[in-house]
Order: sequence, then C-alpha cells, then structure tokens
Amino acid sequence: MSIKLKALLKSPWVFHLSTGSCNNCDIEILDCLTPRFDIERFGMVLVGSIRHADVLVCTGSVNRKCIPRIKEIYEQAPKPVIVVAIGECSLSRGMFINSYNCPVPLDKIIPVDVYIPGCPPKPEAIIAGIAKAIEKIKANANKK
Amino acid sequence: MTMIFYFIFFGFFVSVTAGLLISWIDRKVTARLQYRVGPPILQPFTDIVKLLGKELLLPKGASKITFLFSPILGIISIMIVTTLLWLVNIWPQKTFFGDLIVVLYFLVLPSLGIILGGFASRNPLASIGASREMKLVMAYELPFILAVFVPVAKSGLSIKLGEIISYQSAYGAFISNWSGVLSFIVILFCVQAKLGLVPFDMAEAETELAGGALIEYSGPSLAIFKLTKAMMLFVLPYFIVILFLGGFNFNGLAAVRSLLGFVAIIVLIIVIRNTNPRLRVDQALRFFWGPMTILAILALVLAGRGL
Repeated sequence: MSIKLKALLKSPWVFHLSTGSCNNCDIEILDCLTPRFDIERFGMVLVGSIRHADVLVCTGSVNRKCIPRIKEIYEQAPKPVIVVAIGECSLSRGMFINSYNCPVPLDKIIPVDVYIPGCPPKPEAIIAGIAKAIEKIKANANKK
Repeated sequence: MTMIFYFIFFGFFVSVTAGLLISWIDRKVTARLQYRVGPPILQPFTDIVKLLGKELLLPKGASKITFLFSPILGIISIMIVTTLLWLVNIWPQKTFFGDLIVVLYFLVLPSLGIILGGFASRNPLASIGASREMKLVMAYELPFILAVFVPVAKSGLSIKLGEIISYQSAYGAFISNWSGVLSFIVILFCVQAKLGLVPFDMAEAETELAGGALIEYSGPSLAIFKLTKAMMLFVLPYFIVILFLGGFNFNGLAAVRSLLGFVAIIVLIIVIRNTNPRLRVDQALRFFWGPMTILAILALVLAGRGL
C-alpha cells in the first residue's frame, strides 16, 4: 500500500453536504464529534471547504434543485475523494420514493463508495460504516 | 555552504518537527479540556503527508502566479526567522546590527502571504477573510512592536538579539521586572493574534467563512500553509523566550528551566485559545489599540525608569 493512501486513510477530513435532508442525519453526524464518540481519535475533522476535504458525506433525499449543485461540489473536490451516503433518503429516497421532486437516488448522480442505512443511522453505525470502508480500501490496495 | 546547512537543518527540519509536535499538543490538550480522547501523536505529520499527496486545484479566474507563490512566501520567511533565532541563541556573538528589526519584518510576511493568497483566489469568502486578516495585522502590529522595544530599552538600547540574550544571562531575565511582566502580557496576546488562534481567528473563521482566506487552497499549497502555521506555533513562543527569558540555555539545570518556560508559554496560549469565544474584528481592533497599547506604553515608561 502506498504511503499516500495510508496517510489518506489515517486522516480523512470530512465535508458535510445536506441535499435536502430533514436534519436528523445531520444531527447524528455532529454527534460523532461529541466527547462520547470523538472521531478525532481517528484523525477525522469536519472542514468547512470542499477544497480541504477527502470525504464527502451526503445526507438527504436528492431533490431537483440540489442535483446540479451536488455535481459541482463533487467536481470541486480534490481527488482522491471518498463519497459516503448516510441515511435511508440518500440511499433509496426512503419515504419520498414517489415524490415528484426526488427523481433518482444519490448513486445515480455521483459514484458512492459507502452506504450507511438508517433513519437516522446511529453514530455507532456511521463510525462502523466508515471503519468497514477503510478496511475494504486497504484490502483492495493490498490485492493489487 | 554552512549557511545553507543551517537554513535547511535549523530553519526547516527542527522547526517543522517541533512545530508539528506542538500542534499535536495543542489538539490533544483541546480534546482533553472537552473530555475527549484526542488524536494520536503522529496525526499532524499524517495530515501534512496526506495533503502533499492530494490534487492541486486552481480556481477558475484566479491569479495563478500570486495564488501559488503566496504560501511559499510565508514558509520561506518563517524559515529565515527560525535560522536567525537558532544561530543567535547558540552563538550570541554571531549577531549583526539590527537583526531584531529583520526578525520583526519577516514575522509579518506569513500574514501578508495569507492576505495575497486570499485576494488572488477570487472567492468572496476568501476576500472577506483576507480583509479581516489585514485589519488584524494593522491592529496588533503597534502594541507588538512597542512591547518588543521594552527588552531593547532594558538592554541599553541594543537592537542586536545576541546582546539582548547575553545581557539577560549576565543580569537576569527581563520577565522578573514589572516592565517585563507588562510587556510579556501584551506580547502574549499579540502572538495569539499572529498565530490566528481562537479569540482572534476571525480571518479563517471555520463556522462563518468556512476557512476564510484559505478556502480555495487544496493539496500541497494547503499543506504549505498548515506547515507555516505549525512552524509559527514554534517560532513565536521561541521569540518570546529569547526576548524575555534569555533564550534557551543548553547546560544542566538551566536547560530544564528554559524548557519549562517555553512549555508554560505554549500552555498559556492553548488555555487562552480554549476559554475564549471569537471576537469581531472591530472588537479586536479596539482591544489592541486600547488596553494593549496603553499597557505597552506603560511598560516602555517603566523600562525607561529602570524598573
């Protein structure tokens, strides 16, 4: 495994993008930063600008207004970037599946690496999902 | 040839290692004060390595040369300052006339780099951040320079760092007098503003400006800015140690004492950072041009009377 990838997995900086969510998933993401869960142990920091980020965390049912902005944000991120979809809404649109305003789930718009289901997922589930993703990327890199 | 070795070794490797370790201490102490565990010890090094491996993006319509040159301006000037301070501390007779003035000038350049980079990146938030940084520089420079001139006045009007150090090793550290204590308080707040730490971090306010002047920087250029910040976290307390505690002493018990003084300054900076909310830029200006300048002038007057 290259030193670049190793360093990336040891210090993923997270940018949080809400694509029209009901705020529940966002609160659970912020819970990960609290003393009980403290994801800074793993080097994860919430950053304000997409230019600084390595992980793009998306929540919410992807509505029509958001789609061009999601694409733009994804293009603005410095690669390599890991995309994480959090919550039932961004995975499969959840209860908004028949809505006129939510045409497609998130992974039809940008490539998604990690899916974390739940409405909203617990902070434990979010941390477990990220840890599994890191393990997967490590295993893939070792295979090559 | 030896000067290049000093520049690379003292200017870069020593200050980068020390600065990143101090920034780890900063993050760890912050975490412990919030009842968290905090990052592992190699975390700042990992961050830098990761940023160096990321993609470098140029924003559309930005001024390319200025955008890429401004981080280098900051890190080069900080490297020069570190080299000068180490040389003067190890060999006080190697000092030259006016090196204190040189250090003062070079300490402004990292802020100038942030301002240039912010304006060059063609982002409205970056422009706001850069203009705030500019106002902050204007605010803290006056009391900073007044406070720096207290040790100069006390060491018999010498603007050589080496003479300030040797004067203190002969007659005791300046912090043991009233004027020394007052100017030490002033310079501590000015250093806090120079470092851009919390009461004075309005230039890169994470929550309102989303990174401020650094918002468009990514990959290696952001890594250079982070390195400059980390090096300043080492260099500015070191500058205070030289001015007020008589520099680092390398033999026996005095070495432990000067190291303790250095650590105490860093702990003070971290505690101020963790116990204060962010000020608005006009409040910061009023704070520096009001109470801090008055304190610095008082310290100068006291120093003139030999107290």
